[in-house]
Amino acid sequence: MKAAVRLGVVLLCHDDLGLVARLARIWTSGGARVAIHVDAKVSAARVAGLRQALEDCGQIIFSRRHRCSWGRFSLVRATQDAAAELLQRFPDTTHVYLASGACLPLRPISDLTAYLAADPDRDHIESVSTHDVGWTVGGLNHERFTLFFPFDWKRRRWLFDRFVDWQRRRGIGRRMPAGLSPHLGSQWWCLTARTLRAILEDPRRAEFDRFFRFVWIPDESYFQTLVRRHSTTVESWSLTMAKFDHAGRPYCLYDDHVAMLAESRCFVARKVWPGAAHLLSHFPLPDEDRPQVDPPQPARISRIINQTVRRRVLGRPGLYMQSRFPRKDAENGKTSAPYAVIHGLTDIFPGFEDWLRGHLSCHVHGHLFSPEGAEFAGRPSIGPGAISSDPLVRDRDPQGFLTSLIRITDRMQVFQFSPRDNQALNWFMATDPHAHMLVVTGAWKLPLLHSGMPFDDVRRIFAQLQRIELEQLDVLNSLWVRARLHHHDLGEFLLYPRPILQDFLLRIDPHSPPITTLPAMRDLTGLDQMLRRLRNSGLRPRLTGEDLPPVELLTAERAAAE
Amino acid sequence: MQALQVVTGAGIRRRLGALPIIGRLRRRVERQRLIARGLRSRTALRAISDRTRLIERGDILCFVTLRDERARLPWFLSYYRAMGVRHFLIVDNASQDGGGDYLRAQPDVSLWWTDHSYKVARFGMDWMNWLLLRHGRGHWCLTVDPDEFLVYPHHDQRPLAALTSWLDAIGRRSFPAMLLDMYPKGPIEDAVCVEGQDPLDIARWFDPANYSIQKNDYFGNLWIQGGPRTRAFFTHDPLAGPALNKIPLVKWSARYAYVSSTHMLLPRGLNLVYDEDGGELISGCLLHAKFLSSFSAKSAEELDRRQHYGGSQEYRAYHAGLHRGVRLWCSESREYRDWQQLEDLGLISRGNWA
Repeated sequence: MKAAVRLGVVLLCHDDLGLVARLARIWTSGGARVAIHVDAKVSAARVAGLRQALEDCGQIIFSRRHRCSWGRFSLVRATQDAAAELLQRFPDTTHVYLASGACLPLRPISDLTAYLAADPDRDHIESVSTHDVGWTVGGLNHERFTLFFPFDWKRRRWLFDRFVDWQRRRGIGRRMPAGLSPHLGSQWWCLTARTLRAILEDPRRAEFDRFFRFVWIPDESYFQTLVRRHSTTVESWSLTMAKFDHAGRPYCLYDDHVAMLAESRCFVARKVWPGAAHLLSHFPLPDEDRPQVDPPQPARISRIINQTVRRRVLGRPGLYMQSRFPRKDAENGKTSAPYAVIHGLTDIFPGFEDWLRGHLSCHVHGHLFSPEGAEFAGRPSIGPGAISSDPLVRDRDPQGFLTSLIRITDRMQVFQFSPRDNQALNWFMATDPHAHMLVVTGAWKLPLLHSGMPFDDVRRIFAQLQRIELEQLDVLNSLWVRARLHHHDLGEFLLYPRPILQDFLLRIDPHSPPITTLPAMRDLTGLDQMLRRLRNSGLRPRLTGEDLPPVELLTAERAAAE
Repeated sequence: MQALQVVTGAGIRRRLGALPIIGRLRRRVERQRLIARGLRSRTALRAISDRTRLIERGDILCFVTLRDERARLPWFLSYYRAMGVRHFLIVDNASQDGGGDYLRAQPDVSLWWTDHSYKVARFGMDWMNWLLLRHGRGHWCLTVDPDEFLVYPHHDQRPLAALTSWLDAIGRRSFPAMLLDMYPKGPIEDAVCVEGQDPLDIARWFDPANYSIQKNDYFGNLWIQGGPRTRAFFTHDPLAGPALNKIPLVKWSARYAYVSSTHMLLPRGLNLVYDEDGGELISGCLLHAKFLSSFSAKSAEELDRRQHYGGSQEYRAYHAGLHRGVRLWCSESREYRDWQQLEDLGLISRGNWA
């Protein structure tokens, strides 16, 4: 070991003095001197209790108490006083570590002092210029310095917000004291006594304090800015591991974090939940014969916390549940996985569903939105995930029905669709990039051809289905479509059924075998006559393609296909 | 002990147009009416053992209404004691199975007795609102039935106080926990749970993904339906199935009131426990161990008493179902493992509680 490091610690506390006593003992037993600042809001009796509990520790002083509130200069004032008293009482201190009553040392204090001794002139303080990078999360950045913040954010939120707005409108811009450049960073630092003294004894300190009194959250900027004036050896990295969520609130550490924290090799971590008894008894790790000076590696813990932030902010795509119910178009993924909708083909090929099952490794359902009930593959009354096939249940929340089905199954879901089915999800599916849609319009006419119903009924149903499909087409032709849409009219499809199908199947399942045979097609004879008769009865049949090819040609193509 | 949820006010709201102030005023009147009902109902409650002076600042409290649940009580109390509930405030609605004596002997239970109508007391919620108002202010209060067992993210590692102090820190006042119906693999009549046994050892299956969600704009809560009851008991009228959304854990204030069971509260902000911008908030589940052998007898009795919501429609449906020998288990049922499983299925979420 090179130069001897004599560590001083400033402990800022406002709550849970039992934990504070415990932490103070950890620090002093590691050889550090501790200056404790207890918030002036804490009752004198409780402070007396703390003093008594720590009576036998000689290395502890209690600094002058200030009434602190979050985001205000009082916190800086408390730190300044405690640091000054610490340096005065123990003048040979070489480093001062700023910690709170919820900061738990993870490694032996001797590790920390050895680490500091390896480069004794370095100031460990995160200090990021506001000009270049936005360091802050969910709050003001540069404006912390250019506006006035006389109101408490926690207690006078309304006034705080109004006053900020007003200043912005008025174009208020405070000027930094000459020679300072605004820097931000974690409020937990470890400075050399030399730098700290320079900051505290700066001849212009009164001027700086006056400026920072109205800066917002000065504990994240005061020392971070001034250190740049007095030190050239800044290690812009806090030795205290403190993670914040998207709203800038610190994460808490619990018993189940023990392994992860041990692995992180951080010196100090916050914020410890006071009830985490196992965590508190496990750390700091016991002293080893020789202090370890390996640097902290918080990568894994950072990754886990970033994942949690992602989950909080973006959520899991396609999940709708009691605590995630996104507004329309704010879903961040309407569904959780790709799925395929095949519109009209069961009307052309009656055995299409079974045929398709042989060609795809996907989960092939019938008409999931049929008015008789959801036709799950194999027609069980209870589908995957115990989803009911009852049409009433399904139609109460069709979107939940589809998204749950897609989320609970691990294979791709493929289902049939037609104008006879519930159309409630047309917009949802058309605007979902996960949807693969093969749409053959006009195919619903073929079952009518062979229905044997009286012409009046055929005409009525024809008109009804045609109207539904035209409405669906309005959706599919809109600007907002994000689904992978393959759209053909009946005439077009009947001319080239094999390439169209082959192309679509390869897109949803690249390993699907080449199509050699098509399933049996419905007989098309009489379609011409039916359409003519409908036309003459006053309807305007559409959606088939302007000119349906003659039946002979279609049969020839089919023969070729087979 | 559970009531269906009603969507009230829809018609009136439409007539008065979309003026938000009208809804706000209506909700305020409604809330004050509920609090007043709670106040009035206090005369119905007779204190059997009032140990509420033992409640300390910051204690987590548990509020229960029950009737003839003697066999469930030991496990129920030990489950929540282990979780960190410090005091139980229980209304005994004229139990005749000795449950009252058992509870009176417990050092952390305050017990009230009443033989007033459960139905007239809005299915016990007036009594709950009164006790919450009287003893719950400033505490985190858990309002559950004796067959409901709370699970929340990390519950195996962190006590309830860790959750509530975190909720406090991020400024949340309520915590949602959807009701998850648990059932045995075999027939319900054969699933005998002896006193002191964990009912979830027997009824450990649930439906993973058949829940429908609708938003109730007036109260702001989500209305969740589905699960095995809708599947098996309500086939004839699935839309009448029970509501599963619950908000059982609330940092109580004198201004709050439960509206309909613990499905929703007023003020409306307490019901906004979900994110609408695509993110996830924290949530848990109430594992509902109702479907055990004791259920058959209970449903027959409740049918006679007709003290439950909508003419005990639920119990009638159950009873019919049980006579036909319905099993709730199906091949798609999942066996309960741990909270991580529920989170993977998307039934609960840890939000940003890392």
